[in-house]
Amino acid sequence: MANVFPQWTNSLPKLVVGALLIGGTVAVFAVTYWFSPEYTDVGYTPKQPVPFSHKVHAGDLGLDCRYCHNSVETSSTAAIPPAATCMNCHRSVKADSKALAPIRAAAAGGDPVRWVRVHMLPDYAFFDHSVHVGAGVGCATCHGRIDQMEEVAQHTALSMNWCLDCHRHPEAVLRPRSEITNMDHDPAQSPFDRAAAGLRTVDPPEHCSGCHR
Amino acid sequence: MFGLSSLSNTGRKPDTTGSKPMEATNAHLDPVDGRTPLVIGGHDFHSITEIVARPVEQGMPRGWYIIFGIALCLLSLLLVSIGWLVWEGVGVWGLNNPVAWGWAIVSFVFWVGIGHAGTLISAILYLFRQRWRTGVNRAAEAMTIFAVVCALMFPTIHVGRIWLLYWVFPIPNQMDVWPNFRSPLLWDVFAVTIYGTVSILFWFTGLIPDLATMRDRAKTLTRKRVYGFFAMGWRGSNRHWHNYEVAYMILAGLATPLVLSVHTIVSFDFAVSQLPGWHTTIFPPYFVAGAIFSGFAMVLTLMVICRTAFKMENLLTNRHFENMAKIVLTTGSIVGYAYAMEFFIAWYSGNPYESFAFVNRAFGPYAWAYWIMVSCNVLSPQIFWFRKARQNLTVIFIVSIFVNIGMWFERFVITVTSLANDFLPSAWDYFHPSFWDISTLLGSFGLFFTLFCLFVRYLPMVAIAEVKCVLPESNPHHQPTEG
Repeated sequence: MANVFPQWTNSLPKLVVGALLIGGTVAVFAVTYWFSPEYTDVGYTPKQPVPFSHKVHAGDLGLDCRYCHNSVETSSTAAIPPAATCMNCHRSVKADSKALAPIRAAAAGGDPVRWVRVHMLPDYAFFDHSVHVGAGVGCATCHGRIDQMEEVAQHTALSMNWCLDCHRHPEAVLRPRSEITNMDHDPAQSPFDRAAAGLRTVDPPEHCSGCHR
Repeated sequence: MFGLSSLSNTGRKPDTTGSKPMEATNAHLDPVDGRTPLVIGGHDFHSITEIVARPVEQGMPRGWYIIFGIALCLLSLLLVSIGWLVWEGVGVWGLNNPVAWGWAIVSFVFWVGIGHAGTLISAILYLFRQRWRTGVNRAAEAMTIFAVVCALMFPTIHVGRIWLLYWVFPIPNQMDVWPNFRSPLLWDVFAVTIYGTVSILFWFTGLIPDLATMRDRAKTLTRKRVYGFFAMGWRGSNRHWHNYEVAYMILAGLATPLVLSVHTIVSFDFAVSQLPGWHTTIFPPYFVAGAIFSGFAMVLTLMVICRTAFKMENLLTNRHFENMAKIVLTTGSIVGYAYAMEFFIAWYSGNPYESFAFVNRAFGPYAWAYWIMVSCNVLSPQIFWFRKARQNLTVIFIVSIFVNIGMWFERFVITVTSLANDFLPSAWDYFHPSFWDISTLLGSFGLFFTLFCLFVRYLPMVAIAEVKCVLPESNPHHQPTEG
């Protein structure tokens, strides 16, 4: 019988099997890495309508986070301050600055400033700031060194496995309530033993409905 | 068993090339083992190849086009149903509380069950040296694979957001979403996908010598190449046959526990839950018996059609059908025993919820479904106690259809009645299927028959090489005395 196929086709089966094995493995790792928020979202720095510098306010001037984000201890959201909060100081400080024109307009009764949200969780993930702050998770743990950022950028992945890493080992990131807004406090350097401080231990949920309610 | 190296087309000329069957009388017993021969009509190696290969090479009878056309229509209906389901969500089905598992699960279990006969025939009967399996094993294995395809479709589409289906597999991902290994639903994923994989490998391994035959007989280069590609360079050498037999034996060994494990695990979907009517230790053996029962019924349905349509009465003899009818009778009676035993345990347990579940099944709002199930599954196969019925194709065909219907209703009864009337009467409700439930079930038959029609159109539907091995000439004890 004459050959139906040319001779090089003899190597095809091995090539196909090899390509499938290697291709499958590469595909899983590629998707896990390049499709993950760690790759796609970290570093997200949207342009804000007013060039507000957290470095100046929270870093150099030393304002406490809660001066502006005042609901963070009692509410699920850390409030974005109204223009009136800005005007508390800017009525007298840099009162004529061109960059602050939208703030003054908003405070005078115009449309609110349209700040662009940086840290965005999906709608199907339930997140409560007050619970996390209450348990002793500091601002810097998730948001990074805000006090060193001219423009706020997303510092962490905010992905599900990033959440779960902490929920599984919360003790590694907890700090005393007094240090919540302290940007220089590093839980890795100074671990906090809640039991020794007479506080109840933290037991974060790991089941689906803990966050997907 | 496959010790032949000369299965090419150079066998001696047949005495009777026509396909007229000769009645198997005492004068025509197998000269070696003295039993009714498995190939009748005086066929030899070459004429067997001719019988099987000719329909594939010379086109299909008109009935094939009719069945294929109907199947394609139903397949289109299936695609529309799935499209609408994905677009709109699982709410298009009749599912709601309390019946949150409806026809999708019923049909899934139905199709997985049908998928059991092929591997039983090809693996277990092979290990038990049941030589009659050779006539039906190819088509039965094909049926198994197509049934598993239909079965896998139902859980795939019933998850609602099917683009997240990869969550059922343990694939590393940045969400840390990982399957729950304590859930029988996950065991199902593994059981059924492994079963499908092994069935395909087993079927394909058995096909290789026949694909080579088709390649060698092919007239055009395209046919040579397509059959040649899948024949994987088979030349029928002694070494090929040796490796082939070892591989076949290993796959048979691997497939044998799967025949029992797959439906056992499917039954765990129910048995591991706490619901009266589901939470029963009898489920694994009862489900496996039911699966083999329904699988053989479907094999009988298909084989009756194929034997008639392709005039294969010399290869698919009455002995084949009689054996399969006996298996249907046996497994049907086991299923009947299981129905009775469920009632006994419901009474014997003293558990009022358990008793209620079963009394409610037989005499409650779904009594009609229960008695359809009992009459189709338990009563109808009893006719096979009579030899005349086991040898009558019409009777076999009708009973096999009844069994197919009955086994679908068995899964309906188990799934729906248990959910519809559980612990709290305030939560009870009656299940109504929607149009899309019905169209998806009908469509799955379209998928199944489309695949099966394509199978008989393009592949040898009887294992040519294996059937040759059950001829008396293949038996080492054969003494060619008659001339």
